[in-house]
Amino acid sequence: MHPLNKRAKQALKDPVLMRTLPEATRRAVDKQRDRWRELPDVDALRDRAQEIKHHTVRHLDHYLTTFEAAAKANGVHVHWASTHEEAIGIIRAVLDRNDVRVVAKVKSMATEEMALRERLEATGREVWETDLGEFIVQISGRPPSHITAPAIHEDVASISRLFHEKLGTPQTDDPERLARFARDHLRDRFHQADCGISGANFLVAETGRVVLVENEANIRLATTLPRVHVVVAGIEKVVPRTSDIPVFLKLLARSATGQKLTAYTHELRGPRRKDETEGPDEMHVVLLDAGRTRILADEAARDTLDCIRCGACQNVCPVYQAVGGHAYGGVYGGPIGAILRPQLEPDRDTRRLPYASTLCGACESACPVKIPIPDILLHLRSRAVASASDERLPRPGWIAEKATVQAWYRSAMSPRVWRVGGKLARLFGPARPGRGSFHRLPPPLSGWTKHREFPRPAPETFHAMWDGRKKKKSAAHPIGRDEDGT
Amino acid sequence: MADDSRQVRLFATCLADQFDPEAAMAAADVLEAAGCTVAFDAEQTCCGQPAFNLGHRDEARQVALRHIRLYDGTTGPIIVPSGSCGSMMKVYWPTLFAAGSDERAAAERVAKRVEEWSRFLVRDLGWLPERDAEAPERRVAYHPACHGLRVLGLDGEAERLLAATGHRLVPLPRADNCCGFGGGFSVEMPEMSGKILEDKLDCVEGATASGAGTVAALDIGCLMHMRGGHERRTGTTEGHGGCPAYRHVAVLVRDALRARGERSDVAPGPRESAAGEP
Ligand code: SF4
Repeated sequence: MHPLNKRAKQALKDPVLMRTLPEATRRAVDKQRDRWRELPDVDALRDRAQEIKHHTVRHLDHYLTTFEAAAKANGVHVHWASTHEEAIGIIRAVLDRNDVRVVAKVKSMATEEMALRERLEATGREVWETDLGEFIVQISGRPPSHITAPAIHEDVASISRLFHEKLGTPQTDDPERLARFARDHLRDRFHQADCGISGANFLVAETGRVVLVENEANIRLATTLPRVHVVVAGIEKVVPRTSDIPVFLKLLARSATGQKLTAYTHELRGPRRKDETEGPDEMHVVLLDAGRTRILADEAARDTLDCIRCGACQNVCPVYQAVGGHAYGGVYGGPIGAILRPQLEPDRDTRRLPYASTLCGACESACPVKIPIPDILLHLRSRAVASASDERLPRPGWIAEKATVQAWYRSAMSPRVWRVGGKLARLFGPARPGRGSFHRLPPPLSGWTKHREFPRPAPETFHAMWDGRKKKKSAAHPIGRDEDGT
Repeated sequence: MADDSRQVRLFATCLADQFDPEAAMAAADVLEAAGCTVAFDAEQTCCGQPAFNLGHRDEARQVALRHIRLYDGTTGPIIVPSGSCGSMMKVYWPTLFAAGSDERAAAERVAKRVEEWSRFLVRDLGWLPERDAEAPERRVAYHPACHGLRVLGLDGEAERLLAATGHRLVPLPRADNCCGFGGGFSVEMPEMSGKILEDKLDCVEGATASGAGTVAALDIGCLMHMRGGHERRTGTTEGHGGCPAYRHVAVLVRDALRARGERSDVAPGPRESAAGEP
């Protein structure tokens, strides 16, 4: 069994997940729909957002160097990291130089990609996730399972149990109280922290500023209290102008959390100036490639870089709704994960991810920047086929798939073979009243009969029926009430 | 619309050919009732989607090209009783060929003529049967299958056909949700697919609780999937013991037209009484 199927099977056996997931995703889908409806012309706004992204991605080198120059002028140290390892090296050097023992970390997908928390903890530092959801995930020891709701796989009872075990707090079914426990625990950490590490929602090229949105005020604290602030941002996060930001802000919170706007929107310029009372002494921005320029080079997949990490495609995806984020086996689950991970971390396992989709298109409809996710999935599937054909030791199932496609191909290319194939299929016994369908079939159709009956072929093909119809045609018309017909 | 817009060619689809020829036949019957002459090119097999969706583009391209050549020598609309095959032919066929190539040009010529069955009738021909006021009430839940809905943007055509032929549409909860079929997905990812199907069947049972005895859709694949799942769940065959019948919209429309024809043969009532429906 492929690891993807195995993980899906595991997910289906998780009672907490099976309870929380349908409700949480449906609620998110409904909220997004309501918030989108409130906009005068959401489609035009999505087009505008997509246009800005397309333009920026196609001039990425220009906007990144513009950002770098502007940020440096603001007193920010800008670093370029072509791999995750390079980024970790840069960050470690900054922490070493500043004698950082405690880090207040803000949830960020770029840092998640490189498992930054775990990597820094391994150097003997204390690193605390300061968003409630991410904090839950940290102390549970399980990975996050959603881009914007990392602990979506937990419920109040499981969180209460977890806090009780790890923090010694009393059990409660009051989510407010649980949030308070976490806040109390984190408050001291903020004061001890020498460094805050965050991601970025947007980097503004013309001003060199970093835009971050949040609801819990932990970003506010993590980026102003500690002496040092490090931003880790994928290179696709840059946008040309400050005037582009409102376009995205109108869409981002509406799509992510179903809010009109998040409670806080920060625009960070750089380290504290002499006349200012707040802010870090030092600010760093690490611009992360780690596979992104590879995506940029592939025209058919380039739109993957437009993603603003809202998570709407996850909420609306029937596969995600069924099995949740852990089944995808990595940091990014759901439709965005199925297109992003095979490109960021191409290997045999991730190549299978684009197949974890029905191609229903709900993701594209929900995506605020209209990424054609189904088309990219199809493109990546064709790349997976090309890679599998090149492999000396093919994955299990590949030979059977190839043979099935070849058999289909030979008959689809020849009406004669098609007819013979139809006759052969009927040797198994065509449908007839009283004759049931197939309960169990051998591979590859065993996957089908696991959950459904497989129908018997019709007694006659349409081709044969049509021949018969032509012969009968001189008689009465098939539909009685034809007045103006043939 | 060109003069030969009622001289149509039916692309039956491979699934209908093998598993549900009645659906394609009903699609032809209704087209004729709408005043079309229907031709069927016996050389046709499959649109290429099964291979395309699995990523086997070379094979899909050859099979598509074979049909593009077949149709490029003909004229008139090419009608497909499936939103999924219709999407493949109308939207994806051209993308299989390099921009500027002869094949691409031919694919685009043919793709322009391809239309999904219900949309052709209702939008292109502007055809809707007169509303049948005397028909016995038949409650139907309609599943708007994904490719028709999101790739082709079908927008209520099937529902209007069903309503006009005396079907009462019972709301299907979360109707827009996929049934979990996805072609090869249903076979290769049975855990995920099976779970999505379970959810769809729960929703269908919400509709059957409101009296829907039939589930209608425009795609044989989705119908096979839901029917097969529901038969497994209920341990019966469709139409029995809590498992509704799963029918292509064309079959329901055709049968309703036939029933009406038979009624009016017996007692030809005044036509005006049923007229006046937009
Ligand atoms: S792909 Fe679109 S919907 Fe999904 S996370 Fe990215 S921006 Fe949001």
